[in-house]
Amino acid sequence: MPDHSNALFPSSATSPGGVSIELDSVTKTYPGQKVSAVEEFSMRIEPGELVMFVGPSGCGKTTTMKMVNRIIEPTSGSIRIDGQDVLGLSPHELRRHIGYVIQQIGLFPHMTIAENVATVPRLLGWSKQQIAARVEELLETVQLDPAEFANRYPRQLSGGQQQRAGVARALAADPPVMLMDEPFGATDPITREKLQSEFLRLQAEIGKTIIFVTHDFDEAVRLGDRIAVLSERSQVEQFDTPAAILAAPANEYVASFIGSGAALKRLALMPVGTVRLSGATGDLGGRPSIDPASTLRDALNLLVVTGAEAVDVIDPTGNRLGQLTHADISAALTQAGLSGSAVR
Amino acid sequence: MANSVPMALDGLGTFLDRRSDDLVQMTTEHLIVVAVSVGIATVLGVGIGLLVWDRNIGRSVAITTAAIILTIPSLALLAILSPLFGLGWGPTVVALVMYSLLPIIRNTVVGLREVPAHVLESARGMGMKPSTVLIRIQLPMAWPIILTGIRVATQLAIGIAAIGAYVAGPGLGQFIFRGLSSLGSKNALNYALSGTVGVVVLALVADAVFILITRYTTPRGLRA
Repeated sequence: MPDHSNALFPSSATSPGGVSIELDSVTKTYPGQKVSAVEEFSMRIEPGELVMFVGPSGCGKTTTMKMVNRIIEPTSGSIRIDGQDVLGLSPHELRRHIGYVIQQIGLFPHMTIAENVATVPRLLGWSKQQIAARVEELLETVQLDPAEFANRYPRQLSGGQQQRAGVARALAADPPVMLMDEPFGATDPITREKLQSEFLRLQAEIGKTIIFVTHDFDEAVRLGDRIAVLSERSQVEQFDTPAAILAAPANEYVASFIGSGAALKRLALMPVGTVRLSGATGDLGGRPSIDPASTLRDALNLLVVTGAEAVDVIDPTGNRLGQLTHADISAALTQAGLSGSAVR
Repeated sequence: MANSVPMALDGLGTFLDRRSDDLVQMTTEHLIVVAVSVGIATVLGVGIGLLVWDRNIGRSVAITTAAIILTIPSLALLAILSPLFGLGWGPTVVALVMYSLLPIIRNTVVGLREVPAHVLESARGMGMKPSTVLIRIQLPMAWPIILTGIRVATQLAIGIAAIGAYVAGPGLGQFIFRGLSSLGSKNALNYALSGTVGVVVLALVADAVFILITRYTTPRGLRA
């Protein structure tokens, strides 16, 4: 499919992935209010990057995001997508090229799932065949069997299924940029985890530039390439990779947002295979074993649960790569702390 | 006294037999004048609703005006309209349209406003223009509520149409007025009764038809 004949952003016509987003001194002041909702917000987001905006309710993170597709008009400042000033474009045209997913999903209840997904392609004037093919492709991408779901109505879907349909709808015209406002916030923990891992797999495939708003720091750590921790008036307290923020919070505010167990959260980001192992020689003592693709957190969990001194790291072909002890895990954590963001 | 009721009903049987052609014609006319008037009122009312639903002042003006019209006694309104529109269908249709506007405008406004904010935001966020959002999203979602307004307007119009006979309008009102003007005569009660029952039956039938229309025109995704 990707029909880029009507691409709005120049480089999305040549490369399928994302494009850059630059916000420069973006400010939003509502009439009659003394304090700005968003003040002098500047950020550059690289093509294909998944940036998480994290902060408490009312900090302005959603407002900041919604200025990118001009659902909220900035009071001052400039926003460029792929170098193009969005304030100079027609807002309707702009929004057709930016995927948009909100927490309540907002599927149209009187339309089938297929019709919902077809919304933007219809606005862009695609042909019937193009639309039908694209809808089928997308429903498969988000793991909703087209034969079963295409002709259903939103109310006939579970919350998780509706959220997937919402993502499919946002992806319909293959926009280079996606804005996601707490898309998994209203789902139960099990569904949320499932949606998150599906989303990561999807993003690895499509490589969109994504701004993802959440108040859940763990979600930010799990999904984000970089995290922007925001405070009042959307001030950026720290903007870095999850590992770097966990290893060295910029200030008290960020530290308080991370909460307890920062070290454990960091371990969850470090695959066993990237760590220096000890005792590479022989010594097979029937110890618990772990796959190198698992994280250090899994390894530590195994150590604690089994009470063993060390776990063997064994790759899928059965080769023993070495072993991990408590001391190895601590060392890996210290090492990563020194080299900053190297582990991600 | 105990005998007079069966006797009156005997008389009614003969009456209906003799006047059945008239009765059918008047019922048909009654139905047509209501259908035409509610049809016009639907176009006007939904149109006005689409224009004012998100304007505070416009909305208040439209609904209040329509509400005031509804408080004018129908005899008085017809008396006012008759010099302008003559006798017969003209003033009757105009009066019925005016009376039908309130439920239709009000339900259109309520229906359009009841569409959840997040649905509107996602529609906007996908690049729909306000007019597209209105026609493709809000109107279909509001349709069951608008249809209820039209149904209420129809019931209202069926009743009020009977008064149209005062200005020589069409419909079953002619029977009722004939009965009223010949009080004491043999057929007075028969006229009034058959006209009145006809109106009631018409109203019940119209309501049943609306149940069917509602069932078949409500988008499937909105049906409970």
